[in-house]
Amino acid sequence: MIVHLRNPSRELEVGGPISVIKLLNRLDLNRESVLVVRNGTLVPGDAMLDDVDVIEVRPVISGGSS
Amino acid sequence: MKCTVCREPAAIDLRRHNSNFCPEHFLKFCRDQVSKAIADFDMITPGDRVLVAVSGGKDSLAVWDVLLQLGYDATGLYIGLGIGDYSHESARFARDYAASRGATLIEVDLPDDYGYDIPNGARAAKRAPCSACGLSKRHVFDSVAVDGGFDVLVTGHNLDDEAAVLFGNVMHWHTEYLGRQMPVLPARGGFPKKAKPLVRLGEREMAAYCIIAGIDYIVDECPMSAGNKHLGYKSALNDIEVNSPGAKADFYFGFLRKAAAKFAETPEETDAALGTCERCGSPASSDLCAFCRLVERATAQSVELTRRSAATR
Repeated sequence: MIVHLRNPSRELEVGGPISVIKLLNRLDLNRESVLVVRNGTLVPGDAMLDDVDVIEVRPVISGGSS
Repeated sequence: MKCTVCREPAAIDLRRHNSNFCPEHFLKFCRDQVSKAIADFDMITPGDRVLVAVSGGKDSLAVWDVLLQLGYDATGLYIGLGIGDYSHESARFARDYAASRGATLIEVDLPDDYGYDIPNGARAAKRAPCSACGLSKRHVFDSVAVDGGFDVLVTGHNLDDEAAVLFGNVMHWHTEYLGRQMPVLPARGGFPKKAKPLVRLGEREMAAYCIIAGIDYIVDECPMSAGNKHLGYKSALNDIEVNSPGAKADFYFGFLRKAAAKFAETPEETDAALGTCERCGSPASSDLCAFCRLVERATAQSVELTRRSAATR
């Protein structure tokens, strides 16, 4: 599957099937800091991702000091 | 994973609440959390005219959307910061949202209306970009809210924002800031009433709200915020949260319940801080307010650069 990552924007190829949690662990990402969108739809931690899926890992942390 | 409420497939799991929600019940959960925050802290009274500070990011668009859904009279305020493509993109998201909901969006542009942008203004004033940005936004928010007769100024600060600020203030024992770190601040001496209705919701929830509600927002981080210490605090707190769900909420709401009152300003301290800026009339602790000093330095450099440029032609 193709996995889109942000900040900086980049793409990775990851083999499926794999759960959201395992994907985030493999990418060394904190599950509190991102959301996973499968084919345009938000999915929870136990969702299984397949080779044909297009995945976006969206960061959720933002903001300055104000 | 199934929705805790209806047993339909869940879209998001919230470990802090030991709950999972389908899209419909997640949106309701967010509205309920905002309603509870508004009620618990007496943030907004029915019939109030609300001004929402809108950046084009997830939090401000989400809080605007929830307030409109809840039936509040909420007008948006967007400030153009002059940060290149980032500002152009974020303005587009704010305008698109307002148009999609038929909502009113007030726009103020720092380069057009005040003669400086954040990158050059911060450099000229020898301030960190986030500091110059925060100062500029607070001044414009306050001015538009007061001049426009709004009853309350709402910002999209969420639980993660407040926990990170608290973390920084405790780490450095900025007790003067701890006294003002409340989810609602009453109007006083030329400042509007300010409220943060998202304090019961985290950043992850607000991003999920926008995705599920179909609200497009600027996902990319502000290019000026790289290395910002608050982003580091948020990351550190999330490292704790992932192993201890609810830690951020315990930290912040425990502070509000058990410690905030100990740091509250006395009436003498509050009054001592209030003078009037001789240039713009805003509250100030010296002849000029910090914003007018920033504008003075930022625009002075701009005039100097223009003069040098003309001299070399």
